[in-house]
Amino acid sequence: MKLQQLSLFLENRPGRLEAPLSAIAAEGINILTLSLADTAQFGILRLIVRDWERAKRVLEQAGWVVNLTEVVAVDVLDRPGGLAEALRILEDSDLNIEYMYAFSLRRGDKAILIFRFEDPDRAIQVLTDKGLHVVDGEELMSFVP
Amino acid sequence: MMSVRSTTTAQPHPMWDRAAETRPRAEREALQLERLRAQLERARRVPFYRDILSHRELGPQSLRSLDDVRRLPFTTKDDMRRQHPLGLLAVPRKELARIHGSSGTTGTPTFVGYTAGDLQTWSELCARFLVAGGLRPEHTVQVAFGYGLFTGGFGLHYGIEKVGAAVIPVAAGNTRRQLEIMRDLDPEVLICTPSYALTIADTARELGLEPRALPIRIGHFGGEPWTEDMRREIEEQLDIQAFNNYGLSEIIGPGVSGECQARTGMHIQEDHFLVECLDPETLEPVPEGEPGELVITALTREAMPMLRYRTRDIARLYRDPCPCGRTTMRMSRVTGRTDDMLIIRGVNVFPSQIEEALLRVEGTTPHYLIEVSRPGTLDEVHVKVEIHPEIFSDRMDRMQALCDRISREIQTVAGIRAHVDLVEPRRLERFVGKAKRVLDTRGLAD
Ligand SMILES: [Zn+2]
Repeated sequence: MKLQQLSLFLENRPGRLEAPLSAIAAEGINILTLSLADTAQFGILRLIVRDWERAKRVLEQAGWVVNLTEVVAVDVLDRPGGLAEALRILEDSDLNIEYMYAFSLRRGDKAILIFRFEDPDRAIQVLTDKGLHVVDGEELMSFVP
Repeated sequence: MMSVRSTTTAQPHPMWDRAAETRPRAEREALQLERLRAQLERARRVPFYRDILSHRELGPQSLRSLDDVRRLPFTTKDDMRRQHPLGLLAVPRKELARIHGSSGTTGTPTFVGYTAGDLQTWSELCARFLVAGGLRPEHTVQVAFGYGLFTGGFGLHYGIEKVGAAVIPVAAGNTRRQLEIMRDLDPEVLICTPSYALTIADTARELGLEPRALPIRIGHFGGEPWTEDMRREIEEQLDIQAFNNYGLSEIIGPGVSGECQARTGMHIQEDHFLVECLDPETLEPVPEGEPGELVITALTREAMPMLRYRTRDIARLYRDPCPCGRTTMRMSRVTGRTDDMLIIRGVNVFPSQIEEALLRVEGTTPHYLIEVSRPGTLDEVHVKVEIHPEIFSDRMDRMQALCDRISREIQTVAGIRAHVDLVEPRRLERFVGKAKRVLDTRGLAD
């Protein structure tokens, strides 16, 4: 049920985001979604890709420091209130969220929330119990071309 | 009643101690030799020196000319550290009148002891360079140097009192307050580090004051290396005459040398210090006017008779006559260091300290670079650290915490605030052999 997320360290200077993305694209690896957290000085690029093992190898060979993290994806209806409802459920639980990001699917009426939990296994249990739909890797990949 | 000796404003080149400062060279060298022999006798009371001197069978009779100083052993900062805290004293502890200290690589200061006689000598020496650089008994002097273990504040303070001028011991920091005091009390003379003089000018402008309209007419600056460009800048911005002086706590503090009105180098107080300029590799003297490491023997220090102290400071020596009439040898600005010591906002910092701080944070060495710049008037330090799988996290809070932790360790070990810049792997240059760890863009080596 967990997804593998790749994280990369980037210096905060013009053009830095483009280089790793091109490196993956050149290998024909699809990027499902990405999120960039940054400060004035550096950034952390987080990626969910179709073939993370190959992507990790490609990036590492090109010299990036890549970190592998397990994250949890939940789908919600892409309409007003859809996200709020999911977040309310999370707030009511005592799950520790390290960070989260969201993206909409190009097809369908779903939005995907990606969570980095302190304890992903327990989080999956709690979310499922509360009636939220946890999306696994295979299902997530099926949403995109 | 303080005696003002030959200092009169009528003479074109007032001197605090005209007899000593204009003594013919031959006469002075005889005095130096006599004092060197006496100093060797005193040094034998220090176990560290006694062992070396008896081993080499060296006594006062071994010194037939001044050149024989080269038979004497060197003293290094490491020797001082090994004799921590006061193993180099030549007098019983109860004879001490004061103890100062200097910052060192380990964060613990090396201590320097003074007898009452040493303190007298020290204020005489400061009085000499202050008068050479325009201080008069009728002046008021604002001292914006740190008062404390650092020798700057107290050394200059007593020198000013010796001259008979009035001291405002404001000490370092709080620039707005410095400016208020300056406006209230109209001091003609300012004493601080050269970079702080520029900070005062900047702050004045921020407060809507015209720096050139401040009462200061003369500045005596020291405690950190600076350049002729900085001097022009300071003189232009504050409309003052800026004078350079040199000294180091291991020897005595400020007062080893200082500029006269001609400003063609700093006159060395040769009756108290025997200064050699050596090639740091071969330890042979360099030709006159060539850069070399200054090696100083304190000829009159009672508490700590330092023999051939290796200052690590690179400068040049000049013997040609100076228009002021002083006959003493002059030294150039310090243009570099033989080790890679940095002076950052007046604090001595060794790259090894930064490395030590990084070693305390797992996964941060071996690739780092210390960048020192002076974007405005104050030194800024950026420590670039290459990111490494061991320290990289996908969580921003952890990455921030890492930077904070490195910064804290640097503060603890080196005593300076540094910006920590994480950089991508292999971004820092790799070196074969000795790595270049420092990029100093302040341009201090004229
Ligand atoms: Zn002169």
